[in-house]
Amino acid sequence: MNQPVDIDKTLDAICEQLRARMDQLGAKAPLMIGIHSGGVWIAEKLHPKMAIQDPLGHLDISFYRDDFTRIGMNPQVKPSHLPFNVDDRHIILVDDVLYTGRTIRAALNEIFDYGRPASVTLAVLIDRGGRELPIEANVVGVTMELLAGENVKLQGPEPLSLLVDNK
Amino acid sequence: MIRSNIQLDQNGRLRHFLTIEGLKRQVLVDILDTAESLSGVTDQTVKKVPLLRGKTIVNLFFEASTRTRTTFELAAKRLSADVLNLNIAASATKKGETLLDTLANLQAMHCDMFVVRHAESGSAHFIAKHVAPHISVVNAGDGRHAHPTQAMLDMFTIRRIKGDFYPLKVAIVGDILHSRVARSQIHALTTLGVTEVRVIGPKTLLPKDVESLGVHVYHDLEKGLEGVDVIIMLRLQNERMQGAMLPSEHEYFQLYGLTEKKLQAAKKEAIVMHPGPINRGVEIESGVADGPRSVILQQVTHGIAVRMAIMSMCMGSAQREAQREAQVDAELDKGTA
Repeated sequence: MNQPVDIDKTLDAICEQLRARMDQLGAKAPLMIGIHSGGVWIAEKLHPKMAIQDPLGHLDISFYRDDFTRIGMNPQVKPSHLPFNVDDRHIILVDDVLYTGRTIRAALNEIFDYGRPASVTLAVLIDRGGRELPIEANVVGVTMELLAGENVKLQGPEPLSLLVDNK
Repeated sequence: MIRSNIQLDQNGRLRHFLTIEGLKRQVLVDILDTAESLSGVTDQTVKKVPLLRGKTIVNLFFEASTRTRTTFELAAKRLSADVLNLNIAASATKKGETLLDTLANLQAMHCDMFVVRHAESGSAHFIAKHVAPHISVVNAGDGRHAHPTQAMLDMFTIRRIKGDFYPLKVAIVGDILHSRVARSQIHALTTLGVTEVRVIGPKTLLPKDVESLGVHVYHDLEKGLEGVDVIIMLRLQNERMQGAMLPSEHEYFQLYGLTEKKLQAAKKEAIVMHPGPINRGVEIESGVADGPRSVILQQVTHGIAVRMAIMSMCMGSAQREAQREAQVDAELDKGTA
């Protein structure tokens, strides 16, 4: 069974791993992009810890989803905001929960419509398995196993906490 | 099953976009919010989102139009859709083909959406009633009846610049009688809850019972502009002089042309709008059209995001509607419904 998650400690561990990865890539000034909404909350904590100079970017991947014909248009989409040029930059992409991998697929497509990054490093707070696409995170905070019908959700922005519920 | 409004699907979501009339405030607000999200697409290097990839949108224009057709085309392309421009005026209908036959032919080519402009009022509704369940219809202007996408981009512009609709006094100036744009704007403004809508023009160019739409009538431009926050100028069409509704362009300009001087009557921060194309020196002075209070060019830019919003909202809904109906049919066939 899963241990209760200490989010602050986990974020620090994520930062350590990210610094190592950026060293590996020779990335002196990486950019950070959070995926709405949970990924943005996490990125807002990571951004100062990683001392990133450029402002934080955020993505709402609604327009790149693969299920638009099924769920239709959601009027509450927040516009994506990438206040920098992504060309030739090393990007740290941040999300709260990695599950099927479809959100990340959509996020990558969206980022590449803005330009051509040098690299994209994926950091997630929770990896809950259940991949439907060949997508993996470079840095994982915590791996979780969930029972059938269970869902994990990050609540925030302050304080951040994890909620596991049963549909 | 009886639908109270042909424009909405089972879940009250937009499926066709034919007229502002009959749509609740929340639907209009959803369109504005969606347009706001889509306006960021122009910041991308690749100015596209894949929402309507693989879908075919047909611009069915029975009336000539460059500006409206072009913005619909651009909006569709930004949504990654394929676009067909059919200038029907110059083709089959001249040979006597009926509207329904034209439609049937296009449907046989597996198109997903029709954007229609037609000289007859009610034509967009007629088409919407006759298309297959998976197809959406957007009205790009029907006769004198409605031009709802123009009204929505005007509302988007007002909201972007003025914020809240509630405290605003809005004046529409010119040939309201012949204007489908004005009708749609009046419905939108009253539905969105502005404080007051005024129509200003000569008696010959105002509909007889226009007050029943919830507007105040003025025949004096300066009086009508007093305390107004938004001024919408309408184009004076040349045909009106020929029809003896007005003595001359010159006289129209004297009485109803928006000049710097007349503009003083309105609030200091009032904005000037015009659906275009503008007739300089007829309904509006160049100094005003090009001046700091004019938002005419912004309206054009906003037109793309607003049309993107409307098309993607309708398309999303039409798909699900068709899937739902296909499922019901399948169940009926199996006898399990």
